[in-house]
Amino acid sequence: MWLSIETVYIFLGIVVVLGSMWTFADRQNPKRFTSGVFYFLYGVTLLFGSIIPPFYTGLLVLVMVAIVGTGGLKLGSYQEATREERSRHRDRLKHRLFIPALLIPILTVIGVTWLKNVKVGNAYLFDPKNVTLVSLGLATFVALLVSMAMTRSTPFMAVKESRRLLETIGWAALLPQMLATLGTIFTTAGVGVAVSNLVKAIIPTHSLFWIVAAYCIGMALFTMIMGNAFAAFPVMTAGIAVPLLIKQFGVDANHVAALGMFSGYCGTLMTPMAANFNIVPAALLDLKDKNHVIRVQVPTALILLAFNIAAMYVVTLIDL
Amino acid sequence: MVLIGVLIVIIGFIVRINPLLVVTAAGLATGLLAHQSLYDIIEQFGTAFTTNRYMAVFIATLPVIGLLERFGLREQAESVVAKIKAATTGRILTVYLIIREAAAAAGLTSIGGHAQMVRPLVAPMAEGAAEAKYGKLPDHVRDDIRAHSAAVDNIGLFFGEDVFIAIGAILLMKGFFDQNGIPSDPLHMALWAIPTAVAALIVHSIRLHRFDRSLHKLFHRENGKGEK
Repeated sequence: MWLSIETVYIFLGIVVVLGSMWTFADRQNPKRFTSGVFYFLYGVTLLFGSIIPPFYTGLLVLVMVAIVGTGGLKLGSYQEATREERSRHRDRLKHRLFIPALLIPILTVIGVTWLKNVKVGNAYLFDPKNVTLVSLGLATFVALLVSMAMTRSTPFMAVKESRRLLETIGWAALLPQMLATLGTIFTTAGVGVAVSNLVKAIIPTHSLFWIVAAYCIGMALFTMIMGNAFAAFPVMTAGIAVPLLIKQFGVDANHVAALGMFSGYCGTLMTPMAANFNIVPAALLDLKDKNHVIRVQVPTALILLAFNIAAMYVVTLIDL
Repeated sequence: MVLIGVLIVIIGFIVRINPLLVVTAAGLATGLLAHQSLYDIIEQFGTAFTTNRYMAVFIATLPVIGLLERFGLREQAESVVAKIKAATTGRILTVYLIIREAAAAAGLTSIGGHAQMVRPLVAPMAEGAAEAKYGKLPDHVRDDIRAHSAAVDNIGLFFGEDVFIAIGAILLMKGFFDQNGIPSDPLHMALWAIPTAVAALIVHSIRLHRFDRSLHKLFHRENGKGEK
């Protein structure tokens, strides 16, 4: 294939590594050396992740965590445009400013729907397994070229600005990958089985309502622990829904599957473990409380969890 | 014993130690308790960190968004909304919720996202609408509006996507039931996702409407004047 997901990672790596050069040179940053090392190493893991032996990547990860743990990651100065500069540019560019921003979703959708199976020569244009991510990568690259031409900026200016945003996110940028790592370790250590045994030990297996409630609440809780409903679904469904609902009461799997998965999503809305949905945006939007997004989501999540339990109970009653 | 890792995570988040440290400690502890060697654990860290690089793809959008912000994108988004009289924070977020959820239900999950849509466009519009009505916003209100903007993106995506039959979640469920010899069918699974998808839209729209009312009340009380 011409463009694989690895190509996108190389793009990310270049942006992050180049950005770290400004961090090393940033005299306003009291910890410019350790902060620079942090972003440099992160860029290296993105660039060369598939080449570096896993053990050494693991060590690099631990070094980055150690930098954060010892307070070595600090903000610097980013020579932001002043309000006057921004409004002067805005008067010139006006609504054209929206074009590159909107090009990102539009081009991604075009890539996903129409360029999916396009071959150039004998090879696929896009990595067939990662069409969405590769499309997004290419779309942002095209949008970047358009915005550079429009604003008459150099690539270095773009890297500097991306450094400003990335350092706003800071350590939170690493968190989603670290949590996925923890999920893997939890799975190999058998945490999932232990949790589903715990839930099974508590619920009365003869009561349809309590089985339904235990399955939905179990999905939400387990998702909150793992940070990922996809990890919870096989464990909780194999532990509760298959033996008790589907085999014992003869409920149709099609009727409970989505409701079970949605209960997991309710958990996703309530946990800092789903960092890419809850913590990274809080960092990206400069919120004082990193759990602010979760706080806003909890009422909706709880109402919908109750709705899922009620809906599943009604559906299973009809199936009986 | 393996649940100690879970306990570390819960306590760590409650005591508010840096999550990165909590997660690393929980991983090391869980691995050691399951009698894995330190070398194996570090190797697992490396492998999982590398395979999950796709979670960093949002970084690809940062150069464009950063550049456009430098040239005034956020202010432009704010000013567009300020001209529309009927625009309120809640209404703008409701419109975005509908777009996000409908697009996800049609399989277009890439319309949206925190880095490319919420930070440069949705949040400034939601803030701009409130500013046009109530003047300069105190920090806690600004944070509330931003948090709501991020929440809408999540809720629209989550409860829309399972309505689409070819989405990862549906395929994962299909694969799971196949493995366990239980008959299932993507079309029917997606169909039974619709009630919750509709409920999510209704419940959250009502909450956004109430958010508008609470903003209105707040500013009436604080400075004794209403809309400009």
